[in-house]
Amino acid sequence: MKPSVVAIAIIFGIILLGAVAGLFAGVRRKMNLEQWTVAGRGFGLIFVWLLMAGEIYTTFAFLGASGWAYSRGGPVLYALGYLTLAYVVSFFILPEIWEAGRRFTLHTEADFFLQRYGNKYLAALVAVVGVAFIVPYLQLQLTGLGIIVEVASFQAISRPVAMTIAFLIVAGFVLSGGIRSVAWVSVLKDSLMLIAAFSIGIGIPYHYFGGIGPMFKALAQTKAAHLTMPGSTANLGHAWYISSVLLSALGFYMWPHAFGSVFTARSGDTLRRNAVIMPLYGITLPLLLFVGYTAILVIPGLKSGDLSLLTLVRQTFPAWFLGVIGGAGALTAMVPAAILILTAATLFAKNFVRLLFRPAMKDDEVAKLAKVMVVVITGIALYFAVRSSTTLVALLLLAYAGIAQFFPGVVLGLFWKRVTMTGVFAGLVTGVGITAYLLLSKHDPFFGLNAGFVALCANFAVTVAASVLTPIQVSGFEERVEQVAAT
Amino acid sequence: MTKPTTAALLLACIPFLAVCFSVPLWDRIDPMVLGLPFNLFWLMCWIPLTSACLWGAYRLHASRRPENTPGHGEGEPE
Repeated sequence: MKPSVVAIAIIFGIILLGAVAGLFAGVRRKMNLEQWTVAGRGFGLIFVWLLMAGEIYTTFAFLGASGWAYSRGGPVLYALGYLTLAYVVSFFILPEIWEAGRRFTLHTEADFFLQRYGNKYLAALVAVVGVAFIVPYLQLQLTGLGIIVEVASFQAISRPVAMTIAFLIVAGFVLSGGIRSVAWVSVLKDSLMLIAAFSIGIGIPYHYFGGIGPMFKALAQTKAAHLTMPGSTANLGHAWYISSVLLSALGFYMWPHAFGSVFTARSGDTLRRNAVIMPLYGITLPLLLFVGYTAILVIPGLKSGDLSLLTLVRQTFPAWFLGVIGGAGALTAMVPAAILILTAATLFAKNFVRLLFRPAMKDDEVAKLAKVMVVVITGIALYFAVRSSTTLVALLLLAYAGIAQFFPGVVLGLFWKRVTMTGVFAGLVTGVGITAYLLLSKHDPFFGLNAGFVALCANFAVTVAASVLTPIQVSGFEERVEQVAAT
Repeated sequence: MTKPTTAALLLACIPFLAVCFSVPLWDRIDPMVLGLPFNLFWLMCWIPLTSACLWGAYRLHASRRPENTPGHGEGEPE
């Protein structure tokens, strides 16, 4: 048999196994909105860990980070920095978010804003901005899937075809099982991901250089500048590192899907304990960086760094192993993609359409509309993925710049009584506006700083200033304002 | 809502200083430790050390709870 056939058969076998596991998880329960989106708020430590790990280790870590290690060098360390620090932030804010979710039956991030600030236009704005920046993240996953199938098939299957097939499967299991099926597929995905990361992270440097140490020694001798910042870039230095790490660590749980996964937990304490162990999962990321660094020495001159990991695997190992790695990679794209699609669809149906246009909609009608939106949103991301050619990390940075703008509204909403709806509204519009302007006019980095971080600072300043200038507003998290929010 | 204690917040500052703000101090190749460039080694060390800091913060939180929560668990003015 041709190696491409073996590899592709194994990849699709693994994808099917994942799909079956996902379908199975959803069969036994009746899916109402509460089950579908937050699994009845019954997940304990293990399931929350699986779900959160499942949404964090995406194609970005698998192909994107090794790709940047290959093409940019030192600046890729920002990913290691922010993945460690994000949990420090989460330790303090997630239990409070969970508590609000339990008291007011919140499903989404926009629900949180609606309850806290009592304004439906603010909540709808959060929903729209959330969906808008989920699309590039989804596009990242799609592109990753396309790369995997393209490389594994030795360029026999084109990317658009691969992306379309895979996403039909993802949409299928999102529609049938909701969030619970996603947590189950995470089990399979994370085991494969761990095996893949350890075997290639250690095996590949060993195969070519006799170990990780000798590989780095060779790299330090030939391309020393690549290993520190700004690496092979002109402007990604220390200021960029600090601002990108801060932006991403603060923005991490502002992702509507990460925010929503908080509500699946059984208790606030589950989330606190989860935050203690989550950083340890990050140990797989350096292993993938080793592969990217080895690739610079072994296969220099690829047209895109994102291809480096798989191309090197293909060149080093037999076809069946390429299939296993590709299958692990495919699941690391599909699991997060499923969560992203589910969140975006619910946000749009519940917090945009129902909130602004159809207040009489019942929960099952929202769930039904959300299922239609699953198909629509997947289609939009597929369209962008087919059309664009941005690197995976660049897509993630773009998405983070937008999403992090929710941070002031969430954190000040939890810890500062004086913050007002007007302040948060003005801050969010400022932050998203500046982000969009700086990114579209190609001013990122802006004076050496991450453009999203510059926007976040402006957002904070405007939120605080406008809050102080507007009359005191009672928080929707105080019991007595419940009626106000309900009207 | 329970405000985090100062001690827990101070513990949380340690990883931020080590991983983020001090980057000019450790972004070097030499000395290579365990075959790794120093910057990569440093960041990898801070993965378990960050967990340790959070574990400390969790212990602080857990030890604070017993005298705070009996009876009225929410601790929120009605």
